[in-house]
Formats: sequence, C-alpha cells, structure tokens
Amino acid sequence: MYQVIEGIISPVNDSYGKKDLVASHHRVAMAQLALQTSDWIRVDPWESEQAQWIETVKVLRHHRSQLLKSSAQTEDPDPSKTPSASAALPELKLLCGADILKTFQTPNLWKEEHIQEIVEKFGLVCVSRSGHDPKGYILDSPILRQFQHNIHLAREPIQNEISATKIRKALGQGQSVKYLLPDAVITYIRDHGLYNNGSSWKGKGKIS
Amino acid sequence: MDTSGKTEVVLLACGSFNPITNMHLRLFELGKDYMNATGKYRVIKGIISPVGDAYKKKGLIPAHHRIIMAELATKNSHWLEVDTWESLQKEWVETVQVLRHHQEKLATGSCDHPQRSSELDRPGRKRKWDEQKQDASPKKPQEPKPTGVPRVKLLCGADLLESFSVPNLWKTEDITQIVANYGLICVTRAGSDAQKFIYESDVLWRHQNNIHLVDEWITNDISSTKIRRALRRGQSIRYLVPDLVQEYIEKHDLYNSESEERNVGVILAPLQRNVSQNKHSNPTA
Repeated sequence: MYQVIEGIISPVNDSYGKKDLVASHHRVAMAQLALQTSDWIRVDPWESEQAQWIETVKVLRHHRSQLLKSSAQTEDPDPSKTPSASAALPELKLLCGADILKTFQTPNLWKEEHIQEIVEKFGLVCVSRSGHDPKGYILDSPILRQFQHNIHLAREPIQNEISATKIRKALGQGQSVKYLLPDAVITYIRDHGLYNNGSSWKGKGKIS
Repeated sequence: MDTSGKTEVVLLACGSFNPITNMHLRLFELGKDYMNATGKYRVIKGIISPVGDAYKKKGLIPAHHRIIMAELATKNSHWLEVDTWESLQKEWVETVQVLRHHQEKLATGSCDHPQRSSELDRPGRKRKWDEQKQDASPKKPQEPKPTGVPRVKLLCGADLLESFSVPNLWKTEDITQIVANYGLICVTRAGSDAQKFIYESDVLWRHQNNIHLVDEWITNDISSTKIRRALRRGQSIRYLVPDLVQEYIEKHDLYNSESEERNVGVILAPLQRNVSQNKHSNPTA
C-alpha cells in the first residue's frame, strides 16, 4: 500500500529543443500559477535551470538525493540516536502518460541503461491515454517486462484529450481554452503574448 | 440589434447539471467561438438552466444545490449566468417552453429594462444580469434598442440530439419548434454520427440550416455520471470540475450511494407525460 505525499512537476530545459517550446521561465511560472491551489503538488525549476538538457534519470537521481538530504536534516540531532528504521525514505516514481512508455521504443531517444535504472531503481506510474496500449508496450520490451512489478498502470476512467499541442493550436487560432487550463494560466499566456502563432518565441533564438 | 448587421444570440443550455462540469462550461466556449466565427452572429449571453426536481431523473439531487454549484462555476464569467425559472416550476417544463420563456423575456427586455419574470423569483437570490443592470450608470434615460431582438438558441451535446429518437421522450411538435423557431447548436466530438442522425430525420433535415454542428477537437469525457461515480469511489474529481464546485460537493457530501438511488423506480417526467397524453410519437419523421 502506498501513500502519495508529494507531486513534483519538473519542466524540461529550454535546450531540449522541442518545437514550440516557450522559455522555461514562462513554463515554470505557468505551472506555479496552475498549482497555486494545490496542497501537495509543486513545481521544481532545477531541471530547467541547468546549463543544458538533462536525461530524465538524472532528474530522478537529483530529486532522490534531495529527499535524502531533507530526511537527514529532519533526523533527530541527538547523535546517540540511530535513524529509526520506520523513517524510510519516500520512494520517488516517475509519473507519465502511456505515450512516454511508447517512446522507450523510439531508437536513440533513451539510453537502455537509463530505462532500466528508471524502472528498476525508481518505478513508473503510468496514466493511460487514448490510443495507447501500455500493457502491450510493456510486453513488447524485455526490460519493461522484467520490472513490470515496478510499473503501475493507472487507468484514467474519465478520458480527456487536453494535450498541450491542441491547446497551442487552439490559441494560435484564437479559440477559447477556458476550462481547459486554469484561469490564472490563461491570463498569463495572454499577458505575455505566448503561443500567438509563433510570436512568443521570435527572437529568443529557439530552434523550432 | 448590433449595428454591424449581426444577429445577437443567446445560448441556452438545459440539463440536469448534476453536477455541472468543465465539459458543460466548454460547450459554451465552443458554441460561442463557433457562432462568432461565422461572422453572422454575435453571442451576447449564455444561460444555464438546470432542470427542476420534478424531472425525476435517477440520482438527481435537489435543484438548489445544482443551482448553487452552477453559480459557483460561473462566478468569474462575464457572459455566463444561471437561470432558476425552470427549476422553480412545480411541474417539469418541456425544453421548448424554456426556450419560449427566454425568447419572450428577451423580446420584452430589449428596452434595457431589468426584466422580472412574472413567476416567483427566488427570494434573496439576485440574478447576475439584474445586478449588472443596476451597476450600470443608473440614471441614463431608457432608449429602446433599434430593431432586432437577440435570438435564443439551444446549446447541447450530441447526446441531446440523439435523444430525439428515444420513444416518448420528446413530442414531435416540440422538436419541430425547437429547430424551426429557435435553432440548435450541437457540440460533438469530431467524427461523431450527428450528421448521419440529422440526415436520417426529415424534421431535422428540413431545418438543417438552423442546426449548427460544432466540432470538439479537444474532446473530453467528463460526464456528470462519471463524476458521481468517481465521487462514490473516493476518487479525485479535481480539475474536472471548477475548484469551487469540487469544494462545495465535498463540504456538503452531495453525491454518494444514497443520492444515486433517488428516483429509482420513478418514471421520468417526460415519459410519464407523453405516454399518458397518448400521443403517437414518431419523433424522427
């Protein structure tokens, strides 16, 4: 039995170079606005602040070491006490959509040893997405099959198709995205002229 | 009338709103974008009209909760409002009558008078647009608007359109009046069977110019039924309904297995009425 104590959103670094990616400070700000009312999910800008793009497994390693540090700090300072066994380190798992599971198959996108480390040392919580067959992806991959006990498939009974790609497209066409994004994020997008048919990343030197 | 030659439109959505969800709210946004984009219309208002308790649908919780949730959901909207007239009637009211009521209200209200409905207003609950009228510059001389009254149109999803073929659910003449005199704006997931449904119905086909099909590319499956089911199972509905609605539901424990048992064994009001009135219904002729 698990108890989820925290959720972390880690926006990717700008040098990932994905098409239409706006500057990370915007993406971090929007995520923060979206999470204003959440009492358990937070945004962490560490990944986006690095000098270059970092592999996902390294982000996981970073956050695990952060958890280690903070749990060491909350340990009783009395040196005669040993750290209690019950103060186990929380497990860090990668939360993703089923589409990410599929990308493990894309040649050269992931290093094999990273995939293994992610599923073996950390674990995956994978939310289903229409058009994807996560069970199939797992069965098709020897590594995933081997560690399938560490891959938790969360079903999304209320499917929704709100992809950021579609949101950007709607915004580019001047259509309303109200009730698809938090109001605060919509206001931010409007105030900063983002996703406005490419004008948001003009002059920022981003490769499309 | 808007002097640019466009017809002003009011979108009316009827339904249980049990509870209201982000999907319902999206229907309005999609309907407004679509109608405005035609260049012929200007959407000036959206009205949410929750059905009365006398509808007797399974799982339908009392109207006052559903109204409050809809008001919470539209609190920060400039153009959406909740109307209580339908829910305050003692008997269930056919949709065409709700359309007629609102169209008549617009006709008499087109002189910029805050219009009070002759039926009982919910005591102590101001309607949003009344508040706005009072907030507007108070002592302006009332001028009648030039010609043209805003037109009310029924906003709905494909499920409502397809319910036209459920025996005894709708009176044929009601369907005819809805599409002939008012108009339908039907938001459907892209590639749905709505066009085929219209094609297969003579009444709908005849008035197809008054039926606007709006493609919903960013589909969502957020039905109230699923929301209620998730709540019964202790699952989160966060981000599927507005935060204020989620908090209200939680605070009042509105949806559980008892609430879902309401009206079990009771015949739905339209079925009761249409069957007992012995109409020959051939709704899609």
